[in-house]
Amino acid sequence: MAKKHYAFYPGCSSQKGASADNFIRSIDVVCEKLDIQLNEIPDWNCCGASIGYGEGGELPRLVLSARNLALTAQNFAGQDMVSVCPACWLASRETAERLHESAQLLAETNEALKEAGLELKSEVKARHFVEVLIEDIGWEAMEKPVVKPLQGLKMAGYVGCQTNRPFGIAGESFENPQYLDKMIEMVGAEAVPYDQKVTCCGGALAFSEPDKAQKQIRDIVESALDHGAEMIVTPCQLCQANVEIYQSEINKKQSTNFNVPVVYYSQLMTVAYGGSAEQAGLDGQLIRAEKLEQIAGE
Amino acid sequence: MSTANEQSRYRGNFLKEVEANVEEGHWVRMCMQCGVCAGSCPLGPHWEHSPQKIFMMIRAGKREEVLRSDSMWMCTSCYNCIVRCPRKLPITHIMHGLANYAHRLGLAPEKQPTREIAKLFWDNLVKTGRVNELKFSLAMYFRNGFGEGIKAALEMQGVGMGLMKAKRLNPMEILGGHSCKDKGGIQRMVAKAREIEDRKKGFGQ
Repeated sequence: MAKKHYAFYPGCSSQKGASADNFIRSIDVVCEKLDIQLNEIPDWNCCGASIGYGEGGELPRLVLSARNLALTAQNFAGQDMVSVCPACWLASRETAERLHESAQLLAETNEALKEAGLELKSEVKARHFVEVLIEDIGWEAMEKPVVKPLQGLKMAGYVGCQTNRPFGIAGESFENPQYLDKMIEMVGAEAVPYDQKVTCCGGALAFSEPDKAQKQIRDIVESALDHGAEMIVTPCQLCQANVEIYQSEINKKQSTNFNVPVVYYSQLMTVAYGGSAEQAGLDGQLIRAEKLEQIAGE
Repeated sequence: MSTANEQSRYRGNFLKEVEANVEEGHWVRMCMQCGVCAGSCPLGPHWEHSPQKIFMMIRAGKREEVLRSDSMWMCTSCYNCIVRCPRKLPITHIMHGLANYAHRLGLAPEKQPTREIAKLFWDNLVKTGRVNELKFSLAMYFRNGFGEGIKAALEMQGVGMGLMKAKRLNPMEILGGHSCKDKGGIQRMVAKAREIEDRKKGFGQ
């Protein structure tokens, strides 16, 4: 199979030593096994994330993503831009669509881009890595490298918000998307049904409104446990960080006893594909996913 | 700021002001007051005025009440309201737009935590083109002074140490850390975009 090439927009949290360092290590393994070549966009910048609007408003926020789109077109003409982070993807796709719809916004954007020596001349398609897996690679090819089915493990697939809304994965419903459960089953584990699959973790308000966000997180973790899950699986860096990190805070404040590992779909795939715990980034969990480490070590 | 100017330009018609100056504001008149947005928001109970009410208040000309409200700052950007709105209003973007408009006019509530953190986040990312997670966390903890900062940092110490141990928070980031090569170009680009936006929306006149 010929390698599939994409312009890659890693985003701030996927940098070395940043909060999703463990995630990106497992993405590398998945790409290698599935013949995906991610070409990092030279000098990419932050997308502004979900609270960029507060100070950045409209145009300053959109030009951040426009610069990444322009760099993609300049360096990797004809390739789709792929993000592993839902916020990066959302911002890039929103910008691409808004600039497609408004000639005035495009002209203003290019006036600003000129200051950075760039111009957006052609349109770039901004996609999520999950779209690449499902649409370009396909379920059959994704399942093929599985050598260690994660049998007996019960998992709550936590899709969260921004991988799912407003764009989502084509053909999936906003209220009950199925692809993450399907991925869990593809690697041989069991996806438990539970009622907080698309609940918001609080997003950036975990910093500014901790009590309100921690109520969301408590609902998610509690429901996963009530439905028999041993771990939570997510495609989103902020979901992962919020739901994992704040369990200890909730325990302190509310006398709960939460200790549920929160892992990425790509970490499951890495272990199922025969990768080591280190390759899967499992040493990067605050709450260790011991059962996955065990399978990886067998 | 331009509060008085804006009011006179739109002859006290706040709906027209919102349509002209707020991101996606031209959608406001499409709201049919069904309330699905209000019922779909994860932080719904914490909004003084739900999006549904905000839309009606805009149409009723309640300029001060809307722009001084804490409500829009409760948005977590979950996009539930967008996908459920039967009229397909981009509600999340309108709430973001209203929050930014109130912030830029100096009318948003002082010390509103999400407003403060949004500003810290933006300033952090514009400096190097990329977010420095360590400096952002520290700026957040110390935004209410040194004493409060030490207290906040100590409370989250366990989490910080856990992240460092897991190699997901690098203490060396304090010395600079990840950065774009063309940070000068990025800063000029953002400044130009802000200049265009200010001119269009009447800020700083």
